[in-house]
Amino acid sequence: MDNGAMRRGGEWLKQVLSGPAGRAFIALVLVALVGVIFNAEGAFYKIATHRDALRQASVYGILACGMTLVIIGGGIDLAVGSILALVAVSCATLAIHWNWSSWLAIPACLLIGGCCGGLSGFTAARLRVQPFIATLAMMVFARGMAKYVSGGMKVSTAVQNPDGTYRYVDVPPLFEAIDRRILGDTVPVVTLIFAACLAVAWAALAWHRWGRQIYAIGGNEEAARLSGVPVVFAKLWAYVMSGVFAGVAGICQAAQEHQGDPEAGVGYELIAIAMVVMGGTSLMGGRGGMGLTLLGVLTIGYLDKILSINAVPEAGRLMLTGTIIVAAVLTQRRRRS
Amino acid sequence: MPDSASTLAPLVRMTGVTKRFGPVTVLRQVDFEVWPGEVHVLAGENGAGKSTLIKILGGVHTDFEGSLEVHGRPARPRSPTEAAALGVSVIHQELSLVGPMSVSDNIFLGQTLTRGGWVRDGPQRQQTRRLLAELGLELDVRRPVEEFAMATRQMIEIAKALSRRTDVIVMDEPTSALNGPEVDRLFNLIGQLKGQGCGIVYITHKMEEIERIADRITVLRDGVRVGSAPAGQLPSAELIRWMVGRELNEQFPRHTPRLGAERLRLENFSVYPEGGSGRASVQGINLSVRSGEIVGVGGLQGSGASDLLLGLFGAYGDGTRGRVQLEGRPVRIRAPRQAIAAGVALLTNDRKATGLVLSLSIVANATLAGLNRLSPGGWRRPRLEEVASERVIRPLGLRTASFDLEVGALSGGNQQKVAIAKWLQIEPRLLLLDEPTRGIDIGAKHEIYHLMNQWTAQGIAILLITSEMPELLALSDRVIVLHRGRVTAEFDRASATPERVLSAAMGTERLSGNQRDPTPAEFDRRTQAG
Repeated sequence: MDNGAMRRGGEWLKQVLSGPAGRAFIALVLVALVGVIFNAEGAFYKIATHRDALRQASVYGILACGMTLVIIGGGIDLAVGSILALVAVSCATLAIHWNWSSWLAIPACLLIGGCCGGLSGFTAARLRVQPFIATLAMMVFARGMAKYVSGGMKVSTAVQNPDGTYRYVDVPPLFEAIDRRILGDTVPVVTLIFAACLAVAWAALAWHRWGRQIYAIGGNEEAARLSGVPVVFAKLWAYVMSGVFAGVAGICQAAQEHQGDPEAGVGYELIAIAMVVMGGTSLMGGRGGMGLTLLGVLTIGYLDKILSINAVPEAGRLMLTGTIIVAAVLTQRRRRS
Repeated sequence: MPDSASTLAPLVRMTGVTKRFGPVTVLRQVDFEVWPGEVHVLAGENGAGKSTLIKILGGVHTDFEGSLEVHGRPARPRSPTEAAALGVSVIHQELSLVGPMSVSDNIFLGQTLTRGGWVRDGPQRQQTRRLLAELGLELDVRRPVEEFAMATRQMIEIAKALSRRTDVIVMDEPTSALNGPEVDRLFNLIGQLKGQGCGIVYITHKMEEIERIADRITVLRDGVRVGSAPAGQLPSAELIRWMVGRELNEQFPRHTPRLGAERLRLENFSVYPEGGSGRASVQGINLSVRSGEIVGVGGLQGSGASDLLLGLFGAYGDGTRGRVQLEGRPVRIRAPRQAIAAGVALLTNDRKATGLVLSLSIVANATLAGLNRLSPGGWRRPRLEEVASERVIRPLGLRTASFDLEVGALSGGNQQKVAIAKWLQIEPRLLLLDEPTRGIDIGAKHEIYHLMNQWTAQGIAILLITSEMPELLALSDRVIVLHRGRVTAEFDRASATPERVLSAAMGTERLSGNQRDPTPAEFDRRTQAG
């Protein structure tokens, strides 16, 4: 055995574990360990359990992708849950009632999401309204829009005839395509969409000029401005991207429910924020990343799944999740050096 | 001066006070006394230790060597509250009033009059009115303090101090935000307080104020007490000598370079930090910097020198007036981005607050200003960034294990080098340096002096602000001096002496003998001669 290599390996491990990624990883491992111990008579070892855990976490995860971008830039986006609902009812209207093809419906839905994000971004970045307030307003506004578009009712495959009776139409192919599992029934399409969103957000953050600018703004906005970073533009883009991701999540939500529910997505923004924070991205901005968010999404997603296969009632599940979020964030807190 | 039986003891006596921050000694064996009924002016250059001394008296700094007596009894206030309980109130430059709260609530903040837990508004207002009347003020005490003018707020602050049985009042540059009549009112009030037996410690950088109200003057220099004398026995020339004092040995060799064409020209340039409707912090500046030249901007706190650079750099957006020419072409710079595109770089005076993104790596910071050029098409080229960082950082002598280290983990000197590297990245033609050597050790300072020689040899023009007099005089080819936002003097290298620069900075020496700004013709003559 090479002692030096072992010591170097130990150092490396210590270094990794002391960073936010290491700590987020430990949290995930602990949750997995809980799953192994409380495996609900082997249910935890079934592939269907993991498949469902990932599927259920996917919509939240897509929202968390956009949320990460905004939070790294020093902001917050409370509107994503409402934008999800607005896009879900729009998507259902376009695909079910108006029979739009997917090639038109998807871009239209993403445009709606992007415009909502752009509006809250404009309010926050250009008009300098606090992000919390700007997106809170958008949250209320988009919810209202969702109810306006849907007439306050679920947009489903039950279509009203001119004489007042209802007839059922087919589920549109777009919804069926998304609400499917591929690769021998193992991988849900929504999980793939989540992975794609993660990849896009990751590439933008890690490899695009804009990513560097948004880290700089979150870390020290004044220094970034004095270094020539287009602060307003970069922040605006973060909100636009968050809105587009909320649009993607809205399409997925509608596809999975086979309808557009104007009440969908209530409180989703808070779960997305919890996932981002759980991963170790700082709410102060400037620090974090998509890898961390993936860990956060998995941790909270699995935690929920493990509690549910053990038949913990929802009341207990929520209380436990809340407790664990606090515990995780306490361990993530940066120690003053 | 003390003259009656009741004033046998000073209100405050500090003896042998020494204060260290880590390895740096900022005060060394300082003695300081305040007697009843006197205005004791504390004078000294920036960094002489005035604020530190006041913070010890006011209970902000609690670990120091030496003794502090209040009313003849040993005291060691551990907080501003404890200092206030001893009768010592410090009126800071940033006032400690709560803007949206009413005058009376502010006066009674922390000692609210209550009955059974409920606030007794009536008596509070009555007492506040009585207190203000004693100071010759009549205000609606129910109005929020933020609705009053700066001077009135300062009076309210003083009233607040007096409401707590205060007999030592420390004022740290109280007139920096006041206009002429407001200053008169403040000085009247100070006269009244003296009459009531209060001792007043007054810090100012303005010679005319010292001449008007000082009874006694104590001068600090580099953390040491130079001397203390009744105001009448200390003419202003002598006072300036006390403040400057040190020998100027040529520590930093400045290789006078060949001067090239005019790089920057300002005509009647004014800066309004709060936008066009606010107050101008810099007014009617005429200035010219040539390629290869270092022009030093001298001035004490509140002179507006930093705002001059920020305004020029576009940091205040539209908040500038006047003509700016870069290399003979008129330009209008409204954002830092435009300044950078024009080849102008600004090293700010606070690298942690406005210079660097501490949470990002060395490479990320060193490439931040040049990111557009380094990422054609929008996608970053990490390898290119590394090479570009290497190119600017290597000559700065930054020694570090890896360029991926967070900047927050570096020493002050190395952080400053990263901040400089960021600006070298854009290949600037005009460098605006605001306190380039603040808070770094002597070795790193000399490296930066050396670099400044190199840059000017390459034809870069430098506009330099530094609060260290020897640095200013040794590095500048020409010095302009600002006082309250206006140029009060301009010296070439040979005629700039510490005494003359300091008296201009304190407002005693003026251009053309009065406050008139030079006409463009005069300006031309002077710059051509220089």
